[in-house]
Amino acid sequence: MSKGRYGIHGGQYIPEILMNAVIELEKAYDFYKNDKAFNDELTELLNEYAGRPSRLYHAKNMTKDLGGAKIYLKREDLNHTGSHKINNVLGQVLLAKKMGKVRVIAETGAGQHGVATATAATLMGLECEIFMGKEDTDRQALNVYRMRLLGANVNVVTSGTMTLKDAVNETMREWTRRVSDTHYVIGSVMGPHPFPEIVRDFQSVISREIREQILQAEGKLPNAVVACVGGGSNAMGAFYHFLKDENVRLIGCEAAGKGIETKLHAATIAKGEVGIFHGMKSYFCQNEYGQITPVYSISAGLDYPGIGPEHAYLYDSKRAEYMPVTDEEAIHAFEYLSKTEGIIPAIESAHAVAYTMKLAKEMSRDEIIIVNLSGRGDKDVTAIARYKGENIVE
Amino acid sequence: MLPQLQDIRGRISLNKIAKAFENKKAFIGFLTAGDPSLEKTEEFILAMSKAGADLIEIGIPFSDPIAEGEVIERANIRALKVGTTTDNIFDMVKSVREKTDIPFVFLTYINPVFIYGYDRFFNNCKICGIDGIIIPDLPFEERSEVLCIAEKYEIDVITLIAPTSNDRIQTLVKNSSGFIYLVSSLGVTGVRNEINTDLNSIIANIRQVTDTKIAVGFGISTPEQAKKILTYADGVIVGSAIVKIIEEFGDDASEKLSEYMRKMK
Repeated sequence: MSKGRYGIHGGQYIPEILMNAVIELEKAYDFYKNDKAFNDELTELLNEYAGRPSRLYHAKNMTKDLGGAKIYLKREDLNHTGSHKINNVLGQVLLAKKMGKVRVIAETGAGQHGVATATAATLMGLECEIFMGKEDTDRQALNVYRMRLLGANVNVVTSGTMTLKDAVNETMREWTRRVSDTHYVIGSVMGPHPFPEIVRDFQSVISREIREQILQAEGKLPNAVVACVGGGSNAMGAFYHFLKDENVRLIGCEAAGKGIETKLHAATIAKGEVGIFHGMKSYFCQNEYGQITPVYSISAGLDYPGIGPEHAYLYDSKRAEYMPVTDEEAIHAFEYLSKTEGIIPAIESAHAVAYTMKLAKEMSRDEIIIVNLSGRGDKDVTAIARYKGENIVE
Repeated sequence: MLPQLQDIRGRISLNKIAKAFENKKAFIGFLTAGDPSLEKTEEFILAMSKAGADLIEIGIPFSDPIAEGEVIERANIRALKVGTTTDNIFDMVKSVREKTDIPFVFLTYINPVFIYGYDRFFNNCKICGIDGIIIPDLPFEERSEVLCIAEKYEIDVITLIAPTSNDRIQTLVKNSSGFIYLVSSLGVTGVRNEINTDLNSIIANIRQVTDTKIAVGFGISTPEQAKKILTYADGVIVGSAIVKIIEEFGDDASEKLSEYMRKMK
């Protein structure tokens, strides 16, 4: 079996054209991940530029209102560019620069990863091209403009379902066109090895901080960590340093769209089957002939038919649980958090908030839930208003 | 690998795919099964073989063909839209196999094969008369997914070599069978005006380790390009140019395909 396996999942299922590029990346990463100068530079970027460490906030109003477990929010929404995506991107763009690459390319769904990549590329002086499905450029127009403002070229993808999956296809195609001077900044814990490992490592700063912060605040580990899952990078980052603590429940919330009993969902674990796509073996939403099926979620960031291979393994091994959360539940949580805590979460993160609202009530007051609030919701306001039947003119 | 085993595999190949290269340069034509319908695919395969094609590459459509350019991607979408499935492609191949001896190789992505079940898939390949398979998203490192089962049913898993393969070339081609698919240039499939890769030196590199025949694909559409490439390669593969004709003429493409094939040969 090849490299980068998580149980049966993972691997390197990519065209031969790209193999030397991923081998080169793997070698470079193996060197730099243990290189003190690289790590010092990255830590400085994370702290001074992105604003880390992010706060672990005790959501008192929410805790009181729900009347169950004590709820903490890991405030990744307060990072520069508004989400956890910057953690991975600063690492990968710095790595690309060390490797002598002059150009980065990236896919984006909600636009958060695209904005983060454009930001890091500008900061470090690399050219940047973003690929985004037409459906998403329409529902996240603000982020498209932000990327352009940051100097990136945004390519609108009109093939297939015109969402995140197709943006990944197109970015992979672009990488095969120009591979020697270009690094593909994959935005989630997915794709061929070594990407799932690299992205997880760069995102694991989240759980490293949570651990320290909760031990300081409560003197004990949480009972549960809850995060939303599309490809799964914020969840993997939030879970990683708790993997060995078997008493900490790890819960990923996937997008159930209009409901998993309908065809309009992106619930890969609940409804998908093991398959091989986008460079990895994992779970995918697909039909009986292995055709990838269109997925749906109100959240552009969770609108993806697959999940990172390490999540697939955590599911197989029962170390983590994956729960479907519908559009409606997420929107309710979006409004709830805005009104109870004065925090507008990204619609992606609202999926994790929604499940926490159910879970907290089933738990006792001396138990602790940590929700990874992966991003802020400014980008979603127009779309949510539209969903509620209000048309906001920006 | 034991030398004797290689011998056996070599002979198997000679019976099937290598026949296309015997004492001549091979012309390999690609089309997507089910575009615009499986009945027409059968007709087009027969038309192309009658007009001189030496081997036909049959694409099993996939929802997300990441190695394909726009032309073939659109063909994949058209084929899936009319309800083409792996099962009815096998039926079509079985039927056309009764009418021609020309070697067939499948081109598809790994997921449709994986989901169909490797054993069932390659067994059906053998039953229906498929001789080899090209899987663009199954690099050397992952070949063990299918290799043993493909060998069991005597289906050649075609080795792909890219302009970026460099130091990997010799390892990749060492145990190659059928033919070697040399990707002419960077990027995805699709017609190109010019091919600038130094194919000659890649081919020389390959020939140091193996006698397996080498066919060049990606971007070839004109007789001039084919002629030039065939001064050093053993075969050419034409895909997008053929699929474009099918896209343009649809059900009535047979005559145009024959014309094109005769021009290219």
